[in-house]
Amino acid sequence: MSYQSQRVALYYFAGALTLFLVQVAVGVLGGTVYVMPNLLSDLLPFNIIRMIHTNALIVWLLMGFMGATYYLLPEETETELHSPKLAIAQFWIFFIAALVTVLGYVLRIHEGREFLEQPLLIKVGIVIVALMFLYNCTMTLLKGRKTAVANVLMLGLWFVAIFFLFAFYNPGNLSLDKMYWWWVVHLWVEGVWELIMAAILAYLMIKLTGVDREVVEKWLYVIVGLSLFTGILGTGHHYYWIGTPGYWRWIGSVFSTLEVIPFFAMVIFTFYMIWKGGRKHPNKAALLWSLGTAVIAFLGAGVWGFLHTLAPVNYYTHGTQVTAAHGHLAFYGAYVMLNIAMMTYALPNLLRRDVYNQALNMWGFWITTAGMCFMTFTLTFAGVVQTHLQRVMGMNYMEVQDQISLFFWYRLGSGVAVLIGVILIVYSLAVPGSRLAKIANGETQPAE
Amino acid sequence: MSERLTKSAARNIFYGGTLFFLAIFIALVAQSHAYILSTSSNNDRLTDAVVRGKHIWEKNSCINCHTIMGEGAYFAPEVGNVWVRYGGKTDPEGAREGLKGWFAAQPTGIEGRRQMPQFNLTEQEANDLIDFLKWTSEVNTQNWPPTPAG
Repeated sequence: MSYQSQRVALYYFAGALTLFLVQVAVGVLGGTVYVMPNLLSDLLPFNIIRMIHTNALIVWLLMGFMGATYYLLPEETETELHSPKLAIAQFWIFFIAALVTVLGYVLRIHEGREFLEQPLLIKVGIVIVALMFLYNCTMTLLKGRKTAVANVLMLGLWFVAIFFLFAFYNPGNLSLDKMYWWWVVHLWVEGVWELIMAAILAYLMIKLTGVDREVVEKWLYVIVGLSLFTGILGTGHHYYWIGTPGYWRWIGSVFSTLEVIPFFAMVIFTFYMIWKGGRKHPNKAALLWSLGTAVIAFLGAGVWGFLHTLAPVNYYTHGTQVTAAHGHLAFYGAYVMLNIAMMTYALPNLLRRDVYNQALNMWGFWITTAGMCFMTFTLTFAGVVQTHLQRVMGMNYMEVQDQISLFFWYRLGSGVAVLIGVILIVYSLAVPGSRLAKIANGETQPAE
Repeated sequence: MSERLTKSAARNIFYGGTLFFLAIFIALVAQSHAYILSTSSNNDRLTDAVVRGKHIWEKNSCINCHTIMGEGAYFAPEVGNVWVRYGGKTDPEGAREGLKGWFAAQPTGIEGRRQMPQFNLTEQEANDLIDFLKWTSEVNTQNWPPTPAG
C-alpha cells in the first residue's frame, strides 16, 4: 500500500464480507425450504428469502467493486483519492441503506420486479451513492495518471450507473417492461461488469506476476472488446419468448454463443501472464483466486451459459433448474471469486500484515468452489429431468418437482459446504494477525 | 499476442467496435419496441385493470416464487399461461372462479407441499390480477411454453 487514502477500501471490504455471509446463510435457508417446504412458510415465505439472497449478493458485489476501485485507483493514478471523507460517508450511506432494505423486505416492504425490489426511495439513494462514488473516482482519475486499467474500470462503473437508470422505467406492458429490465440485468452482468472484472484482473496480473504493463493492458482491451462485441447483441438470448420479434432467436443464439470467447480469453490471459511473469509472489492465495475466477467464470458463465443459450434448446430449458444452475456458477466464478481475489491481495497490505494465513484461505477456496460446482451439477441434473418431464412430456409442474426432490437434498448439502467454506474465507481474511496488525500500525513505515 | 497489434490499436478497436454494436442494438430494440406495441402484445387490450393487475403481481413479489414467460424464481409454476391451463380459452368464467378459489385457499398447509402465502386480495384485486394473467397469456411468445404445463 503506497497511498493513505487506499485505506477507505477497508470499510467496503468489511461491509461486503458481512453481506456475503448474510447472502450465503439466507441461501442455505432457501435451500432448506426446498426440501422442508412448511418451514417458516408464514413468517418468512420463500419469495422474501430469495429476495434477500439475490439482493444481498448484488449489493455486496457492488460494494466489493467499490472497495477494489478505491484500493487500486490511487496506485494506478499515482495520486491520493480526491476525498477519502466522501468515500467513508458514501460507505455508511450505502451500508445502512442495504441493512434497512433487508429489514424492510422482512416486513414486506418492497417492489416487485426481480432483483429491482428496492423501494423507490432506496433506488434514488442508490443513484446518489453511485454519484458520490463516481464523482470521487472521476476527480481522482482526472488529476492523475490515466492507465488503461483505470480507464476501463471507470468506463465500466459509469455504465453500471447509467444502465441502472432503466430500473426507474416500469411500463404497464409486460413485454416492454421485460425488454428494458434486461438493460439493467443483462447489460450489467454480461456487459459492463465484465469490464470491471477484466480491469481488476489485469491490475492483479500486473501486481502478482510482474509482467510488463503494456502487454497486460493490450490484453485488457482485447478482452473487453470481445466482451462487449458479443455481450451487447447477446442480450438477444433474453428476447426469445417475451413478445419480441423472431429475429432475436438468430441474433441471440449467434452472439451469446460468442460470449464464451472473452471468458476463454481470460483463462488464457491469466495462465499466460503467470507463466510469462515467472515471479514468485508471496501471496499465493491471491494467485489461486485469480486463476480460479478466470476458470470458473469460463465454466459457469461460458460453458453453462452456452449449454442452454441456443434458441431451439432454450425453448425447452428456459426457466427450469438449468437456468438456476448456470446462474449460481456464473455469479460465483465471475464476480464472487474476483472480489475475493482482490480482497485476498489487498487486505494483507491494508492491514500491514504478512500473508501467512494462506492455508486457511486456500482451504476456503477449495471447499467453497467444490461446493458450488457440486451444486451446479445437481441443479443441472434436476433441470434436465425437469425439462424432459415438463417441457417434453407435459407433466404437471408440482409433480415434476416431486420427481426431482432428491437433487434438492444434494443441493442443500452442497450449500452447507459453501457456507462452511465462506466462513473460513471471511475468517482468514479478517481475523488472523489482527493483533499483530495493531502493533504494526503504530509504525510509520509502509509495508508493501 | 501478435506484436503487430499495438495497445492503442486495441483500444481504438474496443471503442469503435463497442459503439458499432451498441448502435445496432439500440436500432433493433427500437424496432422491437414498435413491434411489441403494434403486433405481439395486443396493446389495445392493455386496460387499466390489466395495469393494476400487474402492480398487484409486483406488490406481492409473486416473481420470487413463480416464473412469468419463464423469468423469475423456479420455486412455483409458470403463470404466463396459467389462464390457458385453467381452461380460460374455452371457459373464461370457470377459469376466473377457479383462480379466485385457488387464491382464497392459500396457504394449503399440506405437509410436505410448497406453501403459497395468503395475500388477502379484495374481489377487485383478484379480478385485476386475473385480467393481467389473461392478457399475458395472449402475448405472442413464439409458441413458448412448449406444453401447457408451462
